[in-house]
This record gives sequence, C-alpha cells and structure tokens, in this order.
Amino acid sequence: MKTTLTLLLACLFLGSAPLRAAEEFRPIKLQSLRGDTPVDKTNEAEMFKQEKDRAPLPRDFVQQPPLIPHSIRGYNITANFNKCMDCHAWSKARQANATKVSLTHFKDRDGKELANISPRRYFCTQCHVPQTDAKPLVGNTFEKAETLKPQ
Amino acid sequence: MSEQKDQPRSLWKRIAGGGSVALAIAFVAGIVVWGGFNTAMELSNREEFCIGCHEMKENVFVEYRNTIHYQNRTGVRATCPDCHVPKEWGPKLIRKIQASNELLHKALGSIDTPEKFNAKRLELAQHEWARMKKTDSHECRNCHNYDYMDYGEQGRRSSAMHQKGFGEGKTCIDCHKGIAHSLPPIEQDIGASKAGTAAEQAKPAS
Ligand code: HEC
Ligand code: HEC
Ligand code: HEC
Ligand code: HEC
Ligand code: HEC
Repeated sequence: MKTTLTLLLACLFLGSAPLRAAEEFRPIKLQSLRGDTPVDKTNEAEMFKQEKDRAPLPRDFVQQPPLIPHSIRGYNITANFNKCMDCHAWSKARQANATKVSLTHFKDRDGKELANISPRRYFCTQCHVPQTDAKPLVGNTFEKAETLKPQ
Repeated sequence: MSEQKDQPRSLWKRIAGGGSVALAIAFVAGIVVWGGFNTAMELSNREEFCIGCHEMKENVFVEYRNTIHYQNRTGVRATCPDCHVPKEWGPKLIRKIQASNELLHKALGSIDTPEKFNAKRLELAQHEWARMKKTDSHECRNCHNYDYMDYGEQGRRSSAMHQKGFGEGKTCIDCHKGIAHSLPPIEQDIGASKAGTAAEQAKPAS
C-alpha cells in the first residue's frame, strides 16, 4: 500500500514536472514592425516616390493638419531659411497661388498673437506630410469624421 | 627697270627666307601657348578642380550632393562649372580672371572654416545672384530652354508659375535660389531676428 502510494506520487511528480517547465518557459511569439533586425542594424527603407502635384486633398477631421499635395523634394527647413514659408507666408501666398499658413500658427505657447508664425510651428513637416502610396503597416478601421462625410 | 623688278622680289625673298622660320616658330609657339592655355582653362573647369580645395568640398559640395543636379532619375548631371562658368570664350576668360581673386582669398584663408564660410555666404551668394540676374540666368538656359517646356508634363505649380513668370519677364534665379546649395541666412521675420541679413534683394521671390 505504502509503496503503491509513493510510486503513484513519484509518477505524478515525474510526469507533471516537464509539463510545468514547458508551460513556464515556452518562448513568447512577439514581433515588432522591425522584424528580426537586431537593434544595432537599421532596416532598409522602401523606395518611395514623391507623387505628382495635385489639388489640396480632402481632410478627414477638422483639426487635421492638411496633407501636402505637392512634392517637397529639396525643400530645406534650416536655421537660415524656411523654404515652405517662401510660398505659404501671408506676404507670398497670393503670388504663389498657395494656401496661407493657418492663423492658428501665429500664436506662441503663452497664447500671444504674433505678426508671423510662431517658432514652435517652424518645422512644418513635423505635422504636414506629403502622400505616397505606401502600404499601411498595420490594419485599422479609421473612419472620416461624420461632419466631413458628404451628406 | 630690272632694279625696279628686283626690289619687291628681294623683299619677298627676305620674308620667304629668314622670315618664314620666325613665322613658323611663332606659329608653333602660338599653338603651344594657346593649347596650354586652353588646357589650363579646361583642367580648371572640371568638377574635381572645383572641389579640390576643402573650402568647397566641405561646404557647398556636400549640400549639392543632395540635390537634383547631382543625382536624378536619368543620370544627367550639372556640375559646378556648368552653373558657375560661362561657356562662351570671352565671358569665360573674364570669370577665370575674377577667379584669381578667389585664389588670393584662398591664400589668405578668408573662408577656410565652416564658420568663416557661413559668415561670408550671403555676400558670395549675392554675387552669384547678381551675375545670373544680369545674364538672364544664362547657365541655366544652356540646358533648360523654356520655349521647349511641356506645361502639360510639368507639375501644377511649375506650369502655372512658369507661364506667369516668363510672361512677366522673370528669370530662373528670381524663383530658383538655393537650387544647388543651402541658402545663407535670410530674414523671414520668424522668431528672433537674424541680425544684419535682412537684405530685401536676398529674399527669394516666388
Ligand atoms: C513653390 C511654392 C511652394 C512651396 C515651396 C511649398 N508649397 Fe505648399 N503649396 C503650394 C501651393 C501652390 C499649394 C496649393 C496647391 C494647389 O492648389 O495646387 C500648396 C498647398 C499646400 C498644402 C495644402 C493646403 C490645403 O489647403 O490643403 C500644405 C499643407 C502645404 N502646401 C504645405 C507645404 C509645406 C509643409 C512646405 C515645405 C516643406 C510647402 N508646402 C512648400 C506651394 C508651395
Ligand atoms: C504642430 C503641428 C503643425 C506645425 C508644426 C505646422 N502646422 Fe500647419 N496646420 C496644422 C494643423 C493642425 C492645421 C489645421 C487646423 C488649423 O488650421 O490650425 C494646419 C493648417 C495649415 C494650413 C491650411 C490653412 C487653411 O487655411 O486651411 C497650411 C497652409 C499650413 N498649416 C501650413 C503650414 C506651414 C507652412 C508650416 C511650417 C511653417 C506649418 N503649417 C506648421 C499643424 C501644424
Ligand atoms: C548641365 C545642364 C544643367 C544646368 C546648367 C542646369 N540644369 Fe537644372 N536640371 C538639369 C537636368 C538634367 C535636370 C533634370 C533631372 C531629372 O529630373 O532627371 C534638371 C532639373 C532642374 C529642376 C527640377 C527640380 C526638381 O526637383 O524637379 C530645376 C528647378 C532646375 N533644374 C533649375 C535649374 C536652374 C535654376 C539652373 C541654373 C542655376 C539649372 N537648373 C542649371 C540640367 C541642368
Ligand atoms: C515665377 C517664378 C519662376 C520662374 C521665373 C522660373 N521658375 Fe521654374 N519653377 C517655379 C515653381 C514655383 C516650380 C515648382 C515648385 C518647385 O519645384 O519649387 C518650378 C519648377 C521648375 C522645374 C521642375 C518642373 C517639374 O514640374 O518637374 C524646372 C525644371 C524649372 N522650374 C526650371 C526653371 C528654369 C530653367 C527657369 C528659367 C528659364 C525657371 N524654372 C524659371 C517657379 C519659377
Ligand atoms: C544647378 C546649378 C549649380 C550647380 C551645379 C552648382 N552651383 Fe554653386 N551656386 C548656384 C547658385 C544659383 C548659387 C547662388 C546661391 C544660391 O542660390 O544658393 C550658387 C552659389 C555658390 C557659392 C557661393 C556661396 C553660396 O552657397 O551661396 C559657391 C562657393 C558655389 N556655388 C560653389 C559651387 C561648387 C563648388 C559646385 C560644385 C560642387 C557648385 N557650386 C555647383 C548654382 C549651382
């Protein structure tokens, strides 16, 4: 009786031990968008082509920074000169047929209104981007704001 | 009578005799000098020469490498002399003579650090703008001819601005400043003032 019990216990112990270990140490299948690229390497960027100039694109929600509907190849924004403001400044926009920069860009961080854009809006491409036909990296179910859908 | 006949003949003889040797020497020397001169002009008209000094290599060249005239779809390039040295013999010679002043400044080390170069940049750029304005952007037009621009192929903004601009008698450099290099400080009235560089003529017109 005693031996049968110990045998049974031993069987249980031996049988479950590897099972438990496998449960604990099973590798977690997790992969980021980087893929298997090690941290000290960079993924090769895909080749994107600047799209042809076109009319301003429809917006998906009212607070959206409008997309840039033209090529920006070679448009440098440096401490010396902001190429975007060469056409989008209020004093230039009419001549260039361009949209004037939004009035919201004239407010500094204390809410004070300035005579030209605030330095915090200097780097336009931080918010405004041109379009390419890049594949979405992850799926999403984003929908246009109701108010902007054609009625 | 015979003496009268002799007079011109002896002159001719003299020319045909001793003179021809001198003439031949002068002729050959002329070719050598001319050839050497043109070779020097040609050698100093290559991109390798232009970026042979670090002043150009470390500043304007690196910037130019990111632009359309260095690398593009078709591989047709514009090199430094294509934009900066006239193709016609006279204006080219004048530009080369002016360049000896640049050699003087090379010796003086006027722009031998990026800081010194950037301090001088507005002035250097203004010289180029003035030169191109005066020649109706001749060097650009050596390759680009607006009579043959296909406005149907060009972008919306290009075709609209070109038709308007050329109608108003504008020239390439009026609108295309900074096409090959970073621009010098130009006052745009954003944030702190860029003291001393407000020159209205430096503002690229659109
Ligand atoms: C050569 C002049 C020029 C330059 C330089 C320029 N733009 Fe534009 N931009 C235009 C024009 C013209 C339009 C209007 C397009 C049209 O109607 O064809 C426009 C449209 C836009 C729009 C869309 C506005 C709307 O109502 O949807 C955005 C955003 C924009 N540009 C951002 C930029 C940014 C950012 C830069 C700098 C990286 C820049 N632009 C540089 C001429 C220019
Ligand atoms: C912090 C983000 C941000 C930065 C930086 C920024 N913008 Fe915007 N921009 C927006 C947003 C958001 C809108 C749309 C809502 C609005 O009008 O404020 C907008 C609107 C615009 C519009 C359309 C105005 C209209 O009347 O419809 C233009 C043109 C524009 N920006 C140009 C620029 C330019 C040029 C720069 C750089 C000098 C710039 N923006 C920098 C966020 C930004
Ligand atoms: C040696 C010939 C040559 C000279 C000189 C030259 N270009 Fe170009 N340029 C080209 C070629 C070739 C391309 C087009 C490359 C392509 O798209 O494949 C080009 C492209 C351009 C573009 C189009 C830029 C873009 O992003 O699409 C502009 C603007 C331009 N040139 C302006 C100028 C101006 C201004 C000058 C005078 C300062 C000039 N070029 C002098 C050959 C030249
Ligand atoms: C009135 C202003 C103006 C003048 C003058 C002008 N351009 Fe342009 N050009 C533009 C604008 C604006 C664009 C489009 C935006 C950009 O690329 O900066 C453009 C674009 C171009 C392009 C690219 C075309 C395309 O759509 O692919 C070339 C090439 C070019 N210009 C060459 C020239 C040459 C060469 C001259 C002189 C014979 C000239 N431009 C004179 C304003 C001008
Ligand atoms: C497509 C024409 C073009 C080509 C190619 C080009 N340049 Fe320029 N360069 C210009 C124009 C236009 C200016 C006037 C300033 C400006 O608009 O950026 C200039 C200005 C300069 C200046 C004055 C300083 C400055 O940045 O304004 C130097 C120096 C210079 N170029 C050297 C070079 C050298 C060296 C090369 C070859 C590596 C070269 N350039 C190729 C058009 C060109």
